[in-house]
Amino acid sequence: MSAASTSKAKKTFRRYSSREDRIFDICNYTFLFILMLVTLYPFINTLAVSLNQATDSIRGGITVFPRAFTFDNYAYIFKENSVMHATMISVLRSVIGTVLTVFCSAMVAYTMSRQEYVLRKFVTIAFILTMYFNGGLIPNYLLIRELNLIGTFSVYIIPGLIGVFNLIIIRSFIDGLPESIIESARIDGAGEYTTFMRIILPLCVPVLATVALFTAVYQWNSWFDVFLYNSSYPNLSTLQYELQKILQNSNASMTSRTAADAFASSGNVHANTVTPLSIRATMTIVASVPIIMVYPFLQKYFVKGMMVGGVKG
Amino acid sequence: MENTPVGTSPLKTAAGKPAGFWTKLFRQRSLVYMSIPFLIWLFVFKYVPLWGWTIAFQDFKPARGLFDQQWAGLKHFEFLFQDERFLRVLRNTLAMSFINLVLGFVTAIGLALLLNEVRHIVYKRVVQTVSYLPHFISWVVAASLVQSTLSPDGTINQLLLWAGIIDKGNEILFLGIGEYFWGLFGAASVWKDVGWNTIVYLAAMTMIDPAQYEAAEIDGASRLQRIWYITLPGIKPVIIVLLIMQIGYLLEAGFEPQYLLGNGMNVDYSEVIDIFVLKYGIAQGNFSLSVAAGMFKTVVSFVLLFAANHLAKRMGEARLF
Repeated sequence: MSAASTSKAKKTFRRYSSREDRIFDICNYTFLFILMLVTLYPFINTLAVSLNQATDSIRGGITVFPRAFTFDNYAYIFKENSVMHATMISVLRSVIGTVLTVFCSAMVAYTMSRQEYVLRKFVTIAFILTMYFNGGLIPNYLLIRELNLIGTFSVYIIPGLIGVFNLIIIRSFIDGLPESIIESARIDGAGEYTTFMRIILPLCVPVLATVALFTAVYQWNSWFDVFLYNSSYPNLSTLQYELQKILQNSNASMTSRTAADAFASSGNVHANTVTPLSIRATMTIVASVPIIMVYPFLQKYFVKGMMVGGVKG
Repeated sequence: MENTPVGTSPLKTAAGKPAGFWTKLFRQRSLVYMSIPFLIWLFVFKYVPLWGWTIAFQDFKPARGLFDQQWAGLKHFEFLFQDERFLRVLRNTLAMSFINLVLGFVTAIGLALLLNEVRHIVYKRVVQTVSYLPHFISWVVAASLVQSTLSPDGTINQLLLWAGIIDKGNEILFLGIGEYFWGLFGAASVWKDVGWNTIVYLAAMTMIDPAQYEAAEIDGASRLQRIWYITLPGIKPVIIVLLIMQIGYLLEAGFEPQYLLGNGMNVDYSEVIDIFVLKYGIAQGNFSLSVAAGMFKTVVSFVLLFAANHLAKRMGEARLF
């Protein structure tokens, strides 16, 4: 009722809106349009470079559209075994990491939500405390080394298995479920484990979807653990780490323009020309495309997760 | 008693004498099974590394065992605060987190105010979707985009050429000039997170009573006046609480952007504490010194975070009721 009257009031006002009002609107809409442009332009430009012939890109001046269209850059990087393999590892860690994180977090959150559980306070405090401190880089590194996790795939999954933030949002969701659901499961003879698997997990799908999205993005985007623990194990490299290595190389060659040019033109010798510039652009697109493709459709879940966390945490 | 099903409600035990801790624990053993593995995980991965702090007070030699080290007292901390490099790193950390804080707040609040004025719902959605996007890409991808935008033949230099501010051949190597780094870092951070940071403010703005706007319109307040006198005061509590919370992260200037965009030429301005720890510790093997630096950061952050949380809670209560 009040919402309807508000929009009506707004509409009437629109009719009487002053000139100043309209100028404000025009400026605002234009500014926001420019903002979108600034946000998207680096992506579009990189995409154009990645779809442009490598030797032609060196001439510069590519903006929104490729000048000499080709898929050669993509064909080239995917011919490299390392990139294919890194893509596979990235996908694997995103999938396995997400499934395990979601399942384990839900399980702990469930035990934290059982009012009668005698260890509830202890478990909750033990987890919450870790939000305030951590051992830091070196002690963590030494621990991973002691546990012989260096050079393994599980170093991507196990150390970051459960995040306190995830626990908090799942638990507050479970707390919001009616207690009678659990009680009726008990009357039907379900134990804790059955209740969790058959009742709680299915009911928690909305919040678990949010957690899964955040975890998947985190896993896909991670590169530091690869760099720190597995940099000498090329068969465990990920896409993000491959891109980071390329970046590091171009950082080193950036010292002078001529050095970068020499580096780039050295590619000219080969028949199938690629340049560091094109490879970097192509890798950048490959490393970000899953997120760019998926994100607009799932945006509302991300925002919902952010709001739940913001309110409760 | 032994036959009662697992995990029953406390009501049942109330009939007899109150069950002891161990009896209850035994009865709830399936809950215990579900949480104990993760408590062990928590202990190993989150609490055991705290033991590593002792390294800061030792002359740590990785070849020896953890308990077979020479104690060194506060030597490393003393060295740290006389080390020119560490003091520079500390300066960089504080400067960049301060820039991030101020720029982050101002731009996010500004954008939220502008978005709030957009009446065209579809347009608003599109702007929001686009502006949230960079938040979800990794810093590696973002750094790659920043690097190519700022490169000598990148977009910024092209624009400067086109505007006639610089001449051909005099393109600016932005990331090669140390003094520019803090500003570039601030700009890159804003580009990545400004949209995402508006969410909280936009949510707070929906809580403002529309009647206030109607009254202001009738009284002849302009759009800007309405923003200034209604919207901004309306989200003031949220701004204050978030600002205080941010103080807790004063030593968290980030690590990835500085590491990924840093190079030999801007190292004096791009190095932050985390990079210092990484370089001294992992690369040079000086574990003790680097743990001392890391520990300094954690302890200061801990104190700040607690103080900030406490303050935010008090302020929040005072504002809400």
